[in-house]
Amino acid sequence: MLAFVLTLVLLLGIVIVLAYAERKVAAFMQDRMGPTEAGPYGSLQSVLDVVKLLQKEDIVSAAADKKLFKLAPILIFAAVFAGFAVIPFTPDLIPAGIGIGVFYLLAIISLDVVGLLMAGWGSNNKYAMLGAMRSVAQIVSYEIPAGLAILSVVIVCQSLDFQEISYQQGALMNRFPGLEFETNWLFGIEALGIDTTRIGGITTWNVFRAPVLLVAFVIYFIASLAESNRAPFDIPEAESELVAGFHVEYSGFRFAVLFLAEYSMMVLVSLVAVILFLGSWNTPLPNIGPLQLAYWTTGTVGGLSGMLWGGFWLLSKTFVLLFLQLQIRWTYPRLRVDQLMHLCWKVLTPIALAVVLLAGIWRLLMI
Amino acid sequence: MERREAIQRKNGFWHVVKSLLSGLRLTWRHFLNADKRRQPVPVSDASYFKQPEGLVTLTYPYEAIPVPENGRYRLHNEIDDCIVCDLCAKVCPVNCITIESVKATEEIGMTSDGTKKRLYAPVFDIDMAKCCYCGLCTSVCPTDCLTMTPVYDFAEVDIKNMIYHFTDLSPEQAEEKKQLLAKQQEEMAAAKAAALAARKQG
Ligand code: SF4
Ligand code: SF4
Repeated sequence: MLAFVLTLVLLLGIVIVLAYAERKVAAFMQDRMGPTEAGPYGSLQSVLDVVKLLQKEDIVSAAADKKLFKLAPILIFAAVFAGFAVIPFTPDLIPAGIGIGVFYLLAIISLDVVGLLMAGWGSNNKYAMLGAMRSVAQIVSYEIPAGLAILSVVIVCQSLDFQEISYQQGALMNRFPGLEFETNWLFGIEALGIDTTRIGGITTWNVFRAPVLLVAFVIYFIASLAESNRAPFDIPEAESELVAGFHVEYSGFRFAVLFLAEYSMMVLVSLVAVILFLGSWNTPLPNIGPLQLAYWTTGTVGGLSGMLWGGFWLLSKTFVLLFLQLQIRWTYPRLRVDQLMHLCWKVLTPIALAVVLLAGIWRLLMI
Repeated sequence: MERREAIQRKNGFWHVVKSLLSGLRLTWRHFLNADKRRQPVPVSDASYFKQPEGLVTLTYPYEAIPVPENGRYRLHNEIDDCIVCDLCAKVCPVNCITIESVKATEEIGMTSDGTKKRLYAPVFDIDMAKCCYCGLCTSVCPTDCLTMTPVYDFAEVDIKNMIYHFTDLSPEQAEEKKQLLAKQQEEMAAAKAAALAARKQG
């Protein structure tokens, strides 16, 4: 219960910062100033937006399928929020430390699609319907390359547990029960003979432990943009053609929930990318001889310092990825539907399959 | 054929990656330049067209680009210098100046350029909502009392407030002046009648 409240508060905080950052970043990239009036540098803008949304009338249109319409936002948010349950925030803080976290995450996120379809269908509006259909087609398609990219990580790490995958990517690896006698080799190649188990830092991040995962990371990142309906894959919400996509009929609190779910999805996919590929809560600084940078910037596991360092590294890496998502949104034009499907089925999926194969071979031969 | 080759060349994997990266570089450059601001300099300034970097937003009510000196904006009438000659009202293409005049019984005074004033203006209204800011009235004005000011932000909620009253007489004073004039004219008429009667008798 405590984990639930804490995660919710943390998530709300991040989403509010993100919504503000989105507007400011967009403005700066377009040589504008963004919000300036509310609070210093407009920093209270997104708080005020939330307050405004909560005051608005909650309209349910007369011809809507009321049950589906009302339930959809809650389902969408619940699906995304449930994903946070298995995210390890620090070396010893994870809301639900289950052994099959990766599998659970993939399964629970897929529930999102049902909510989107409910919202689109329930609105009884052609734009909402079109948006929902596009959204579902897109998310279901892109789950395949994303899933395959995640699968290659799972192959390399031999684990479905997020916390175990996290421990493997740092100097603390041998502290994790079951990994006491494992070793990390540079680039995962034992033949090079460079033992990075105690060096840690960036050298043990998954993208360096098995460089083939770098490709997997790129694939996952692209697919995750599509899964969170972000530009350049935002045809489900294409403002210029569909008004707003599946949430066009929503207002007030329900819209706020949908908005929250969308931004939470962005945060979640970035968190997963950081955990699976970019070293999770591990520090990027390696131990170099007597300079024990990795240990210094990790703190003591179980203590407050370990907690703070872990959270700090995880969140700062996540924010870098989130910034990249924002920048991509304000840089690239939207893809057409056929281009979207082409990219998914004819480019990403075959490459992802090859990466899975390579990751398997890597695991068998190199380590 | 050539075109097709060009398309193929531009479609290569590395070419696409390169163009994607150059897009990111562009937005990143603008993002980094966000600490610079466009300066609110007037158009006459040499740097007006030479500020390619930084945010272009002007937070208007707090800062504004100064308007050129010869710009045509809100009218102002310095009523002390106005001789109520009605020229401005006649030349105005949209008839937005309303002037009523009352002859003074004696000389009222001088304008700042030395012209004698002989008329009062109980009504001198300019309807800024109708005015097309052509500036004709300011060029015909013989005493240069009607001028354009650099004020351009004077929107009103009620359109009646767009009518500017420039007269310096209160309605009572105007009434008094009218009565004075009527009395003087009566006296003059009486004097004339007396003179006429005297000539007839004589
Ligand atoms: S500026 Fe032109 S339109 Fe306006 S009052 Fe003068 S003459 Fe009339
Ligand atoms: S032209 Fe000038 S002096 Fe004549 S009435 Fe108009 S403002 Fe007065």
